[in-house]
Amino acid sequence: MAAKFDLNDDGVVVVIGSGAGGGVLSNELAQKGVKVVCLEAGGRHLPQDYQNDEWASFGQISWLDARTTSGDWRVSKDFSGLPSWIVKAVGGSTTHWAGASLRFQEHEFKVKTVYGDVAGANLMDWPIGLSEMEPWYAKAEKNLGVTRTNGIPGLPGNNNYKVFEAGAKKLGYKNVHTGRMAINSEPRDGRTNCQQAGFCFQGCKFGAKWSSAYSDIPKGEATGNLEVRTHAQVLKIEHDAKGKVTGVIYADKDGNQQMQKARIVAVAGNSIESPRLLLNSASSMFPDGLANSSGQVGKNYMRHMTASMYAVFPKPVRFWRGTTMAGIVTDESIHDPSRGFVGGYELETLALGVPFMAAFLDPGAWGRSFTAAMDMYENMAGLWIVGEDMPQETNAITLNKDVKDQYGLPAPNVHFSDHPNDIAMRNHAWGQAKKLYDSVGATRTYPTPPYPSTHNLGTNRMSAKPRDGVVNRWGQTHDINNLFVSDGSQFTTGAAENPTLTIVALAMRQADYIAKEMAARTI
Amino acid sequence: METITSSKGISRRELLKRCMVVGAGLAVGTGFVAGSTAAWAMETKHISPKQMATLIRMARDVYPHNHIPDEFYARAMKGYDSDDSKASVAEGVMSLDKLAQEKGYADYLSASWEDDRVEMLKSIEDSSFFQTVRGNLITGLYNQKEVWPLFGYEGESYSKGGYMNRGYNDINWV
Repeated sequence: MAAKFDLNDDGVVVVIGSGAGGGVLSNELAQKGVKVVCLEAGGRHLPQDYQNDEWASFGQISWLDARTTSGDWRVSKDFSGLPSWIVKAVGGSTTHWAGASLRFQEHEFKVKTVYGDVAGANLMDWPIGLSEMEPWYAKAEKNLGVTRTNGIPGLPGNNNYKVFEAGAKKLGYKNVHTGRMAINSEPRDGRTNCQQAGFCFQGCKFGAKWSSAYSDIPKGEATGNLEVRTHAQVLKIEHDAKGKVTGVIYADKDGNQQMQKARIVAVAGNSIESPRLLLNSASSMFPDGLANSSGQVGKNYMRHMTASMYAVFPKPVRFWRGTTMAGIVTDESIHDPSRGFVGGYELETLALGVPFMAAFLDPGAWGRSFTAAMDMYENMAGLWIVGEDMPQETNAITLNKDVKDQYGLPAPNVHFSDHPNDIAMRNHAWGQAKKLYDSVGATRTYPTPPYPSTHNLGTNRMSAKPRDGVVNRWGQTHDINNLFVSDGSQFTTGAAENPTLTIVALAMRQADYIAKEMAARTI
Repeated sequence: METITSSKGISRRELLKRCMVVGAGLAVGTGFVAGSTAAWAMETKHISPKQMATLIRMARDVYPHNHIPDEFYARAMKGYDSDDSKASVAEGVMSLDKLAQEKGYADYLSASWEDDRVEMLKSIEDSSFFQTVRGNLITGLYNQKEVWPLFGYEGESYSKGGYMNRGYNDINWV
């Protein structure tokens, strides 16, 4: 049964966040006998609570705290207070994620070496490579039950996939299939198989999609070593005179501040909140924020080069039926500079309901051109483009002292502008996507701009040398050895692939390291 | 939406006797706006029925779907019949009427060509009035569950067991 630890218990590991990073880390540590207090800012929503209703679900599970935006990205104009589309609940954004579970490629761990200098890009090689990550990827795939791994069959293709696959093949793409998905294609791990319900983004009501909310967290709680405190939003990380972290201050469900002592603190609040917390934890000893001797906390914010393409056909597609991300083309995820950019991208099917299509197809648009698209909703197919974006030091999470959150703390400002490489890649991808749909008879195509960010990455980057980044090869901060970062903010660079599998693999690897170091009493 | 009423309790002829048609599809009477066939009626308390009729016409001009009846646009605009909104509605409608008069119409509602009305809307599209109306329509119109079937969208699927046995892969034209 779930543990209950005292606020003054300074032997626990405090994990901040319960998503792909924090949820997995909490369970892995608990399995190894480490005492863990996982502080989750949101509530505990489970499949029975999820809603097959886009806006109702959005209001139920999204992270909607005060945020501001700047930079030339269109999200800043169309959704100025909503830079990201992530979840505040037990399970974090594994509630909302599509389930795509892809390994990074070898070259994506060493982009500085492979791509060379790219003007304006803060490229750096990861201090780790694919061969070191492979066993952890294998462990993550097994834990998540990824299709097309471990003998698990692929998911069946839905209508949106049929159109996508036919177009991809006509275009000559070789690698098109229904993906490596953390969605059960057959019953597994106490969860049913995909019922083709749609609404993957609203939390899977059948529980067929892996989420730490109902997979790893309850397993961790069953060990008796894990306590998950919900509605516990961490405001500040405390440290002692030696510069070691000693615990965290959080607001509990009633808004009262509590101090939880800790032996180790691991931050996994997603790439906006994690650096914000380190910056908001500034002290006289660390005036620029915790773990920020490099000045890189909050910098190099990445969100993946994204876009969508929706296409209208003479006959119905009914693309909302079935798995939201039902297929992938990987041919373009190679590094081939002859296309006019470095790095690559994936094409992945996507569908939105009428409410979200109206909001995201072409934000701000009105009139007959827009409604002509909506009128053909039933005949639409769609895909999402996700590719590697360039880390830029000027793209950053900073504290906005003029805007306060509900606890009176400075809100994060999210500044983002596309790098020319991002723009070149997006235009190429839109061109390919248009060709793909045109080849199967599309009568109209709609190149849809990026949504509020779901893949927030890179703001506490991993580096070999302390002066270049925030954390080392284990996600341990260079400056404070009992402070860790356990989410996608560790990413040195973003790669073309959806990030969750890598976040999970890194969390498993980090749990192994933390447990060993604790046993050796080096932390 | 209780103040949108079907006219079952009152004869259509009786309802239509109490109002005047103000433009294709809309009629106003004392304290209410109605569909010109009297299929629905909506009371207004804080803004005039004619102001509401103008908003409904504007809503259709912003997001014109010929297959969606006025009733759904009326539902989307109902929230503007409030004490908080009445000043901005008065100002916004007045600006639309003024633009219509510059084109030789009596008011926005009697501007009979959509292209003329769209031109007027274009000229105010950066105003907070226009942007508020447009922005709210995105949820006010497209998030009405009753509108979804008009786009073919089927809404929630969980209670029916998803689409596993209901056509998730049923197209055969590809």
